[in-house]
Amino acid sequence: MAIPKIPIGEGMEKVVNWIEDDFGILLDIFSDVTDYIISGLNDTLLLFPPIVFALIIGIAAYFIGKKDLKLAIGSTFGLLLIENMGLWVLSMETISLVLTSASLALLIAIPLGIVSAKNEFAYHVIKPLLDLMQTMPSFVYLIPAVIFFGLGNVPGLVATIVFAMPPAIRLTTLGIQQVPKELTEVADAFGSTPWQKLTKVELPTALPSIMAGVNQCIMLSLSMVVIAAMIGARGLGYQVLIGIQRVDIGQGFEAGLGIVIIAIILDRFTQHLTPK
Amino acid sequence: MGLSGSGKSTLLRCINRLIEPTAGNIILDGEDVATADSEKLREIRRKKMGMVFQNFALIPHRTVLDNVAYGLEIQGISKEERDVKGKEAIETVGLKGYEDSKTSQLSGGMQQRVGLARALATDPDILLMDEAFSALDPLIRSEMQDELLALEEKMQKTIVFVSHDLDEALKLGDRIMIMHDGQIAQIGTAENILTEPADDYVSKFVAGVDRTKILTAETVMKRADPVISINSSPKVALQLMREHGISSIFVVNREKHLKGIVSVDDAVSGSKAGKTIKDVMTSDVTATNPDTPLNELIPIIENSSPIAVTKDDGKLLGVIVRGSVLGALTIEEV
Repeated sequence: MAIPKIPIGEGMEKVVNWIEDDFGILLDIFSDVTDYIISGLNDTLLLFPPIVFALIIGIAAYFIGKKDLKLAIGSTFGLLLIENMGLWVLSMETISLVLTSASLALLIAIPLGIVSAKNEFAYHVIKPLLDLMQTMPSFVYLIPAVIFFGLGNVPGLVATIVFAMPPAIRLTTLGIQQVPKELTEVADAFGSTPWQKLTKVELPTALPSIMAGVNQCIMLSLSMVVIAAMIGARGLGYQVLIGIQRVDIGQGFEAGLGIVIIAIILDRFTQHLTPK
Repeated sequence: MGLSGSGKSTLLRCINRLIEPTAGNIILDGEDVATADSEKLREIRRKKMGMVFQNFALIPHRTVLDNVAYGLEIQGISKEERDVKGKEAIETVGLKGYEDSKTSQLSGGMQQRVGLARALATDPDILLMDEAFSALDPLIRSEMQDELLALEEKMQKTIVFVSHDLDEALKLGDRIMIMHDGQIAQIGTAENILTEPADDYVSKFVAGVDRTKILTAETVMKRADPVISINSSPKVALQLMREHGISSIFVVNREKHLKGIVSVDDAVSGSKAGKTIKDVMTSDVTATNPDTPLNELIPIIENSSPIAVTKDDGKLLGVIVRGSVLGALTIEEV
């Protein structure tokens, strides 16, 4: 007797359709708001002439990097190279998308990380979900994102948020769990409320770990934003996609180089913001 | 005090309920801490108890002053006020000038001073100290112990001090509780524990202790009996010495204040010449305080036995002869 196929795929489809049908309005509102944020940020970035923007970033790098001249010069020249390759507008679009999705991802991930560090039950629920989210091929997220939000920046953003959250959650949880026992005892012994204990002792002590999570979240956002070009997210990823479709090595490589430059700048900035 | 695993840190943490006691009461000012609700417990922890930790447990991202003022900060005390109180506490522990330092820049001894200042800043009635000096170098540890004793003298606080070092316990403790396998083996003063160990465990525990540091003049002295009145005669003195088989006798006045000492030779020549006690006695007597530890008496007693033990006002309490010191030191070897 043949065992009938268990309809896992069909079930997932039903769930997605149900969400699409019954929560359509909410999805539309979310879509409008995030689209507004992304384009708002994008317009702001494009207000600066490229050379001014490159200089501002260079100066910021100099101070954030604690007078690191190499980082300052590298950042400025990297951005000028992007402008030179004619990828400025696309790059700003990518940066807007990355910053928006990473911020939203962190807004969800850090509280979730705290909850799962504090609550045994939450930990046991969240942990397998994280395993699932991290091992599921990232392309799979694109399908429901498209169904819910159509094509464009917003589905790319949603897929990116889902993809970029797990390390931030994990590292926040880890950071709080690794706060030395004596320190939490200090907080308790002097009569802190749970909120005071969290904000005055645990989060500051866990900050290096949390910032490592922030860094990871931003880097993963960047890599996913590129893939999200397949469902219509704009930016450098789209340029790479066109390069692939037309087998245009030059165009693909230039766009790829732009992504690398942005990645390095974002990585160094977040690393330097981490307290030692 | 007790060895590791004896339950001493657990017991200490039960006092402020960092560990929930499963049974029993903790009575503080007539109230049971063990059954206090979380609000009440927080109040007790904020106002009545301060704690010092073994590994200092300073909050790494805060300056010395902000660490010290932590207890005040969470009580919602204004920045100005807690800075004033925090600086006072820092000065008390001798760290003036380090207020804005990062704690990681300080040595172990200094870090624990910060820990102590943090516990003192809220002016609690009780200090809980969990192996507070165990992580320090021997020299620094001894220095901190002396300072803690001086602080205690000045501030008159109750200190519950957990230690696995018997010498430390004997030095610091007015009363010492020895724990063994989660049980109380004995509670008493240092002398109690050394001279009358409650059981085999305690006596084995204290076997290696240098008794001369702990035992005091008071514990080894004998009753000064007989003594002779300053108004008496050398003849009576001779009589008393002969009866008790001693070679000298202390002279006291009516209030039992020590006036001098008469030796056999002086008494014999004095009684022949018909002099009074006052004439034959020498007022040059080696006297000591009842709290003087034995190790300070041993070098003296070689040359000047007997030693008189007197109160500050000169009242004679007892006498120490060479034999009684030896007796006290060998008491355990039996």
